[in-house]
Amino acid sequence: MGTVIGILALQGGFEAHAKIVRALGAEAHEVRVPADLEGLDALIMPGGESTVMTLGIEREGLGRPLRELARSGTPVFGTCAGMIMLDRDHLGLLDVRAERNAFGRQLRSFEADIEVAGLRGGPVHAVFIRAPWVSEHGDGVEVLARVDGHPVAVRQGNLLAVAFHPELAGEARLHELLLALAAGRSGEGHTPAVSRSE
Amino acid sequence: MHDHADTRRDEATFTVKAGLAEMLKGGVIMDVVTPEQAKIAEDAGAAAVMALERVPADIRRDGGVARMSDPEMIRGIQEAVSIPVMAKARIGHFVEAQVLEALEVDYIDESEVLTPADEANHIDKWAFRVPFVCGATNLGEALRRIGEGAAMIRSKGEAGTGDIVEAVRHLRMIGGAIRRLATLDDAELATAAKDLQAPLQLVRQVAADGRLPVVLFCAGGIATPADAALVMQLGAEGVFVGSGIFKSEDPELRARAIVEATTHYRDAARVAAASTGLGQPMVSLETSKLDDEQLLAPRGW
Repeated sequence: MGTVIGILALQGGFEAHAKIVRALGAEAHEVRVPADLEGLDALIMPGGESTVMTLGIEREGLGRPLRELARSGTPVFGTCAGMIMLDRDHLGLLDVRAERNAFGRQLRSFEADIEVAGLRGGPVHAVFIRAPWVSEHGDGVEVLARVDGHPVAVRQGNLLAVAFHPELAGEARLHELLLALAAGRSGEGHTPAVSRSE
Repeated sequence: MHDHADTRRDEATFTVKAGLAEMLKGGVIMDVVTPEQAKIAEDAGAAAVMALERVPADIRRDGGVARMSDPEMIRGIQEAVSIPVMAKARIGHFVEAQVLEALEVDYIDESEVLTPADEANHIDKWAFRVPFVCGATNLGEALRRIGEGAAMIRSKGEAGTGDIVEAVRHLRMIGGAIRRLATLDDAELATAAKDLQAPLQLVRQVAADGRLPVVLFCAGGIATPADAALVMQLGAEGVFVGSGIFKSEDPELRARAIVEATTHYRDAARVAAASTGLGQPMVSLETSKLDDEQLLAPRGW
């Protein structure tokens, strides 16, 4: 039995994540109701509209089981709206405040090559779509990347969140990190493609 | 307000344009004519709103030339909501599109619902920084629009009728043609491109990928949660609902129900639950009883 990665599929860019997860040899399971969270080794919270996801999580009763999953140590990776969903004002899992649409409207959306701390193999090609940034964060949060001085990639224990879309640029290294975190947890001795930076 | 000096970046690339449509997937884009309606739509779970002066059902009823909306109304809607705001320009009316770009709308819909401004040419969408969505009734039309720079396609259906039959026809036309392309060899693909009147490079790409190179939504005639689930099962990646929400008896309830059915489109029990107790849908028109000059979908070429 391979690694099973759940992808929240209430709305948004969940299919692009599933494609990368499958390309890395793991199984991708779409998550729409609490029962879909059973047996997951890791979870991805994709991009989309955070207002739609907030309403969907409430409608489906997913808030509590999502919090329990993350607090039990299951690795969780949020991208864009997924980062917002993890923050203090939403699921309250990540000790950050994400500012929605911080870079501006669609005309300000952009692509850029950015350095992500601890990721080997050169800069990440990052696609920012009406993207947020982290406006505040606690001491336990490690900032992995910044744009114009604003944190756009963070990690706090088993929680990883980025303001951009690696899945739209064929960038798989952050998904590899998620799989390595999942493997490290189940003690399979998977060789991580990344090293934790200071 | 924004300091662009630090990190080197490329804005308005095709990846960024098509990327916003990727983030709208699985969602419902709702027509709104006031900031109040936009707020109701956002609170009910709309992934984006389409700002326009009159919904298609009223355009159909009132007649006359239908144009781009008043910028003041668009600004009011932009201030009212945090989700993406789209707006419509007339087919070929590139100055309306320039105005909408200046207003910083998030997407422009070059729409057959408005009265066409050019009967030979669509807007050169590559010339814009803002992304475009365009309607299509078949694969050739979809690929011509993508060739002109559209970053998202919606099947046209027949707007303002509440009759799903044309939406189904157009989705099946697009999906069926994509499936047939996958069976052709290279020589046959060149002939298919000629028959489709579409760029060969895009035809080859569609044949290889088994899908459009951009996100495909469905529009025109969705009035119920079951309509939304139907078009999702037929291959739509999200839905536009025009008159179907704010012309119904209880717009807020119906909006929530269509959002729910779009998420759970394969789960009949959830679609059944979402369909329960919604009150009356919009007053609908049977498309086959309309005169040819009343049809909107044939607009665009």
